[in-house]
Amino acid sequence: MSVSQNPEGAQLGSPAEIPDNPQKGMFGIQGTGDVSGFGGLVRRRPTDADSPRPFGGYFDEVYDALEEAYPGFADAIEKVVVDRDELTLHIVPEKIAEVAQIMRDDESLRFELCSSVSGVDYLGSDVRRLHVCYQLASMTYRRRVRLEAAVPVDGSLPSVTAVYPTADWQEREAYDMFGIVFTGHPNLTRVLMPDDWEGFPQRKDYPLGGVPVEYKGAEIPPPDQRRVYQ
Amino acid sequence: MTSSTTSEPGYATERETTEGRVFNVTGGDWDTITGSIDPLSNEKIVVNMGPQHPSTHGVLRLVLELEGETVTEARPVVGYLHTGIEKNLEYRNWTQGTTFVTRADYLAPMFNEAAYCLAVEKLLGITDQITERANTIRVLFMELNRISSHLVWIATTGMELGAISMMLYGFREREYILDIFEETSGLRMNHAYIRPGGVAQDIPESAIRKIRDFLVYMPKKLKEYEALLSGQVIWHERTQGVAVLDVTGCLSLGITGPVLRSAGLAWDLRKTMPYCGYETYEFDVPTAQTADVWGRYLVRMAEIRESLKLVEQALDRLKPGPIMIADKKIAWPAQLALGLDGLGNSLEHVAKIMGQSMESLIHHFKLVTEGFRVPPGQVYVAIEHPRGELGVHAVSDGGTHPYRVHMRDPSFVNLQAIPAMAEGALLADVIAGGASLDPVMGGCDR
Repeated sequence: MSVSQNPEGAQLGSPAEIPDNPQKGMFGIQGTGDVSGFGGLVRRRPTDADSPRPFGGYFDEVYDALEEAYPGFADAIEKVVVDRDELTLHIVPEKIAEVAQIMRDDESLRFELCSSVSGVDYLGSDVRRLHVCYQLASMTYRRRVRLEAAVPVDGSLPSVTAVYPTADWQEREAYDMFGIVFTGHPNLTRVLMPDDWEGFPQRKDYPLGGVPVEYKGAEIPPPDQRRVYQ
Repeated sequence: MTSSTTSEPGYATERETTEGRVFNVTGGDWDTITGSIDPLSNEKIVVNMGPQHPSTHGVLRLVLELEGETVTEARPVVGYLHTGIEKNLEYRNWTQGTTFVTRADYLAPMFNEAAYCLAVEKLLGITDQITERANTIRVLFMELNRISSHLVWIATTGMELGAISMMLYGFREREYILDIFEETSGLRMNHAYIRPGGVAQDIPESAIRKIRDFLVYMPKKLKEYEALLSGQVIWHERTQGVAVLDVTGCLSLGITGPVLRSAGLAWDLRKTMPYCGYETYEFDVPTAQTADVWGRYLVRMAEIRESLKLVEQALDRLKPGPIMIADKKIAWPAQLALGLDGLGNSLEHVAKIMGQSMESLIHHFKLVTEGFRVPPGQVYVAIEHPRGELGVHAVSDGGTHPYRVHMRDPSFVNLQAIPAMAEGALLADVIAGGASLDPVMGGCDR
């Protein structure tokens, strides 16, 4: 298998080699995640249509307050999605730190706590496949909002650690697992995987299993070669 | 790197390296080291504490830079217990996910399951259809679990600060709760008991009797603990004014749970953003003003009492009824039964699907092998875990497997506070400060 077929970020052909067809899942199933072989499941893209005004609940207030407080609002917001009682503001990645600053400091927004930062890999459904989701919580108003920024595999976005120091390890985790580069992060190194690990394990083109175990010379074959359920 | 070994092997071996002299400490041989350090030329010592160390709560590694006994720099290193739970979830169906998430924070399995199931239910849009009995059982078990988790905290922290008997007491009472869990779910830990749509198994009468007994038993034990610790001079010295972190520090570092409440902010998701019907229960959110280890001790002891109140209320409102959602497209078809070897398919159910009803067999087969589909979208659900905010960010692409699940575990986020608490303080206070965060590495590393 040539080097180009290795997981994103892996250079030495280790620790894993991806299956020929990235759509081929475990146990020899083609195309979908339906391991039973029934139903002909087809992966659909998550809701991404712009939601119409009014958004309902406190979402309009948050939206308007941000528009008022942030001069570059029109250039920074890509789209607004309201789904399952949650507001997601899709932000232009370069503007994420600025928006976070306003979200934290503005009197009528006051999102003091950045609960969580996590990556999602939308391989095949978005050109800018790596998304970062910031779950902000306002303790003053008891509200939650999600900011989402999408970057391509070789892209980067500003770190929000200057605004929310708690994002430090969480951005490191997103880098560790997805290879998302946060510029301006004080110490962007791996946090959960070993320092010398090759590749970014939670990307969708990184397989589960089939990774040579580093210790004692053992090697576990990929699941679809261990046994066959066909 | 060059090295040469002196002194007898196995005991405080020392090597000269290009970075300086390196000692390997294995036990009670500290004198050998302090004796061989020249205080004039070796002012600064770097101590690598862990990842195998009895007082780091699992495989946490701390790299400490010391000047004398004062810590000048502390760097926590995590990841030694990373098990790829989030990645594994993507290769199993939504129901099987509970089996994985329950193993993350192994001292609070019910919370992991509850947060994950609430996220799945929110994605499915069935939050309102969860039966009252299922919700009550969830609250009941989460609160029992909170007590058992806090008991382990008081036990291990007691041990680390010199109160060894506290460890025995804490683990003894925790066993009582684990017995209740075992009686109901078949397992002491890692229950996979809370499932999307409800819970796996109804509570047997015997477990309810045990919980009632526990409600009488536990308050007496709490008084014993307080008699042992609260007036103890050494306990005061080791906890008061140690590892102080105020509200500003907590918020910027994202610290939630008892640590935040010990600084005076009554932020508890059960009150502020309720779930599972917590808004209908009567309980208080204990806080302290001291923002130190002592305050965290007071908060956790008070929280055990509040949890006992919640358990009692939940027991009182436990009315007979279904424990699984009525929607047959989601409800797990197997009627489970508790066998000698744990929870499994009931023989009655197997007899029915194998002998009597072809439709039941097909239904069972489809739902168990393929699972239910979850409409595409993403949600973030947060609950109040014994250590703070446990969040689950779940993304579905419309399939029978999670597309992505992220667990925002409080241990992971809270451990970032160690440098803020430890730097400038004494080495012994690093232990007290770290313990007061109550980190569980299974949850931290996932």
